[in-house]
Order: sequence, then structure tokens, then C-alpha cells
Amino acid sequence: MKILVCVKRVPLPGARINVTDDGLEVDAAHLGFTTSPHEECAVEEAIRQKERHGGEVTVLTLGPSEAEEQLRYAASVGADHAVLVETDGAPWDPQRTAAALADVIRELEGGDPFDLVLFGNESADSGGFQVGIRVAVALGRPTVQGVKGIEVSGGVVTVRRAIDAGFEVYELPRPCVLGVREGLNLPRYPTMKGRLASKKLEIRALTTDVDPGGQTRVRLHRPVEAVSETVILGEGPDAAAAVVDVFAELGVL
Amino acid sequence: MLLVVLDHDRGELDESTREALTFGRVLAAKMGAPMEAALVGSDDGDLVAAAAEHGAATVHTCVHEILVDYGPDAHGSVVAQMVEALDPAAVLAGGSDRGNEVMAHAAARLDTALATNCLDVAPGDPWSMTRLQWGGSLLEDCTLEGDVALLTCAVHALAAAPAGGRRAEIRPFTAALNETHAVTMVRDRIVGEAGVTLSTANVVCGGGRGVGSEEGFAPLEELAALLGGRVGCSRAVTNLGWRPHSDQVGQTGTRIAPEIYIASGISGAVQHWVGAMASKHILAINTDREANMVAKADWAVIADLHEVIPAIIEEVRHRRG
Ligand SMILES: Cc1cc2nc3c(=O)[nH]c(=O)nc-3n(C[C@H](O)[C@H](O)[C@H](O)COP(=O)(O)OP(=O)(O)OC[C@H]3O[C@@H](n4cnc5c(N)ncnc54)[C@H](O)[C@@H]3O)c2cc1C
Repeated sequence: MKILVCVKRVPLPGARINVTDDGLEVDAAHLGFTTSPHEECAVEEAIRQKERHGGEVTVLTLGPSEAEEQLRYAASVGADHAVLVETDGAPWDPQRTAAALADVIRELEGGDPFDLVLFGNESADSGGFQVGIRVAVALGRPTVQGVKGIEVSGGVVTVRRAIDAGFEVYELPRPCVLGVREGLNLPRYPTMKGRLASKKLEIRALTTDVDPGGQTRVRLHRPVEAVSETVILGEGPDAAAAVVDVFAELGVL
Repeated sequence: MLLVVLDHDRGELDESTREALTFGRVLAAKMGAPMEAALVGSDDGDLVAAAAEHGAATVHTCVHEILVDYGPDAHGSVVAQMVEALDPAAVLAGGSDRGNEVMAHAAARLDTALATNCLDVAPGDPWSMTRLQWGGSLLEDCTLEGDVALLTCAVHALAAAPAGGRRAEIRPFTAALNETHAVTMVRDRIVGEAGVTLSTANVVCGGGRGVGSEEGFAPLEELAALLGGRVGCSRAVTNLGWRPHSDQVGQTGTRIAPEIYIASGISGAVQHWVGAMASKHILAINTDREANMVAKADWAVIADLHEVIPAIIEEVRHRRG
């Protein structure tokens, strides 16, 4: 089975998210970066499917040259090939991102489609909820989002998606495109051997020329937060009485 | 005209739909245009009445055998076809999983921009809006260009409010649908366990990395059970394999809204906070006075959770006698 996973490099903010002076990006000067969590699970799932059914896993990212770090990480846990589509560094809107990815996927496939193309349900940062769907429609392939379970049997891909009351089940043919959510699996950590191998991984660089779409960022800002005064109830187990007073006051005792 | 897409499951309205209709009513007033509704896969009288009650004058219904059960492809195609036939100035859905999914399918087919999870929208040339990023930890002001403005409004962007019980005119819509649209359709449903869930629990006992181990959660389980609540956790805990992902609170987990959230050994990173901020009250238990969770809490105990939680359990038992 040939599997492609599309991942996004995102900053790893802590207690608050700061914005650059021009308001266009998260100020990541002092931050580490990671793979968007839904996509981390997508990578893990691709590797598990490969272990079960054989085949190859390719990871693809569209982003700055530094996104190589996320491609190498994917390789360190078992991805076989990596492709980087380098952007100009500016944030790309969802239409443009999807058009570029669809172009690149066609080029990588050369007429022999990936059985599965996996996306995160939404990116952790911009959260547009649409890139995977746009790519699927451009490629003319069926797609389901919110996936929390994947089983491949012959030509049929059975997926589960969580809803309030349980799960919905869909059956898709191959090739198809899936948008997955964290919780689909528990991603493994890289082994030392994997880490070393990933350093040698050759990253294929591809470019595309696509126009911006209709959504344009003006500025990022933090929501207004209510400032709260924290009442310290104590500094040890003897705070228990004050805590239970609070429970009683709130009517949860 | 503003077209609002109703999210329902076999005739059962999703909670987000009334909010979307309310949001739509405000937006239509700004546009100086009527609000109409799209009901894909049903012409159920109760749904039409709900749309009317929230201010839709016309409901476009599309009934077809492959629309009975939800399918993103089919439902998105119908919305795209409605846009082409009815020529609305804007289309809005609620920011539920389905709302965002259906609108993305429509947007892809129309090759038009889509702004998801908006908090505020201003019509114009171009349109402008404020939308959620990072699950709500950050906001983005942006503009939208295209022949039609495609939008979803963030869940709980505003409270649903009916506008009076007028009747709506039903206009049947005929869509071109074929077998390929039915490929992605719900085939089966697996019903989960009933009862108190993390998202509906009145008390949540959350544990983070500070809990230290899988076994360390036993006292949190005990306290949650005593208070009729549920255990929650941070992503650090899920990643360590101490708790299942279904217990995770946050941006990529569950959003909780209990009367009280007892957050123990959790630092309070933004991605955790967005899942917890709808809690009515928060008690933080943390050894670090500077932890963000302590700063954001109503009450805090600055101490080792392994000593404090057993003491709280004992005190609860003692008072109950
Ligand atoms: C895109 C993205 C999405 C994310 N989504 C989520 C999400 O949905 N949910 C989520 O939770 N996180 C999420 N995260 C991760 C998040 O950024 C934090 O890494 C995580 O929340 C930290 O978990 P923690 O507070 O348990 O651990 P830490 O940050 O390590 O904090 C541990 C805390 O425990 C305290 N402590 C230690 N020992 C004790 C003790 N004995 N008694 C009392 N206190 C003690 C420490 O003082 C500290 O405050 C996401 C991250 C990213 C990048």
C-alpha cells in the first residue's frame, strides 16, 4: 500500500501566544516547533498500516525550509520518503495551499495514485478545516473527516468518526483521502536507530506556482481575557477543609 | 440573500443550528437582505418550523434517497448547486464538525474561499471577519473575496435566540445527484456508553504530568466518583499513555464546562486552557505558584497533589458522615 501523509509545522506556544509586530504571524522567536497533533497521529497511522499491509509511507509538507525538521521527525518514526514544498515564508491561505498540494500530489503519483492520502482534520494553528477536502475534490477522490479509526481490507477502507453519541462508520474505496483526529492512535517515539537514519534521509524539493485564494489575513490578536484574582486556600493538606467548603458553596458536595 | 445551511441528523437538529440561524439573522440585517435556509435531506415540518422561528422566511428543501443519511460529498454538492441556482450573496453554517465539512465541500466545488469559525462578520467588498485560530486561543482578522461569501460561525459565538414564530415558505429544490455522491455515506452507527460524559460532567477532576504515573490517577478517580464527576487529563498525560485520549481536555481533546474543574498538576498551557475555559469555576492544585493554571484559577492550593487530594477525599467523607 502506498500512503501519503500531509503534515504542517506549527509553533509550540506555552502559557500564551504572542504575535509579531506586523500582526501577521505567531511570534515564534523563542518557541520550539512541532508537527500539528492530528497529523502526528496521521503519520503514526500510516506507519501502522504499512506494518500491517506492507508498502511505503511518504510525508509531504508545504512550509518554510525549516519544516525539514518535521519531515525528519516523521522519518525517525518510520516514514520512507519526504517531500518539501517550500513557501515564501508568508502564510498561505487554504485555497492556495490545497491547490499547491494537489499539484504536487499529481506529480508525485505520475498516474499511480497513493492508496491513502492522510491529512489532519484541521491544522493546529490556522484551523481552516478545509485543505484536505479541497485536495480530495481536486483529485476527484472520496473523503471523510474527523476519522478516529481506519481499517483497510482488500479494496475497502472502513473508517470511524466520533460523534456525540458514539461513532459513525463509513466505507470508502481506494484511493481515498482521510482527515484524521488525535486519539486515532498513540504515536510512538523515535528510536535511536530511527533518529540516525532520518538524518540521512534525502528530502525531495518540489515547487508549484499557484495564485493566492480569496482569504487574506489582516492581523492576529489575542482574545480579551477576564483577569481573575486567585484565592490561595492553603499550602498543604490542611487546605482540604477550605477546599471542601468551596464544594459545599458550589453545591457539588 | 443570505442562505443558512441547517445541520441535522435524520431530522434531529444539531445544537449549533439555532446559533447559526441567530448569527445569520444578525448578519442578514447588516447585509440588508433576507435570510433563507437550506434543508438538505429532509423536509420535516419541525425543522422548517425551527428555521421559521429563528427568522428564515423561506426554506429550500432537497429530498433524495441518497441524502437521507449524512454524506459529506452529497450534502456539500447540494449546497454548491443551491449556490449556483439561487445566487445568494453569502452562505453560512454553524461551526460544527458537519457544518465545517459540508461548507468545505461546497467551497471546493465552487472554487471559492471559505472562512470557518467566525465570531464576527461584516459584509462589504471585500467582506471582513474575525475568526478562531488555535481552537480559540488566538483570533484572526481577515478579508474574503469571491462571488459569494462562504462562512461558518464558531460554536457558541452567540446564544441562540428565537425571533418569533412566523411560518416559512417551503421551496423544493431538485439537485443533480448520482451514485458517486453516495460513496461517502454513513453506513452504520456505533452507539457509545450513556451517562455522564467528560463534556457534560458537573465536576471534572483533571490531572497533568504532575500526577506522575498511571496509578497516580487512582485518587483522582476516587474524588471524581465521590462528587459524581469525571476524570480529565492533559495531553502530556495522554502522550505518556497514562490515560486514554477520550479523557484529554483541550484544543485537540474535549471541551468541558463543569461547575468546577479541579486541575491538579497541570501547568495550564493555552491548548489545555481553551478546553477548560468554559468551566464555571476552577480550583488549581500545583506545587508551582507561578503556573498559568494557578493564575487563571478562582482558588488554588500550592502543594503536592499527592498529599492534598487524599486529604480532600477524607474531608468529603468526614463531612458526609
Ligand atoms: C497544537 C497543540 C495542541 C495541543 N492540544 C492540547 C490539548 O488538547 N490538551 C492539553 O492538555 N494539551 C495540549 N497540548 C499540549 C500543551 O501545550 C502542553 O504541553 C500540555 O498541556 C502540558 O501538560 P501538563 O500541564 O500536564 O504538563 P506540564 O506542562 O509539564 O505541567 C505539569 C505541572 O504539574 C505541576 N506539578 C508537578 N508535580 C506536582 C505535584 N506533585 N503536585 C502538584 N503539582 C505538580 C508542575 O508545577 C506543572 O505546573 C497541545 C499542544 C499543541 C502544540
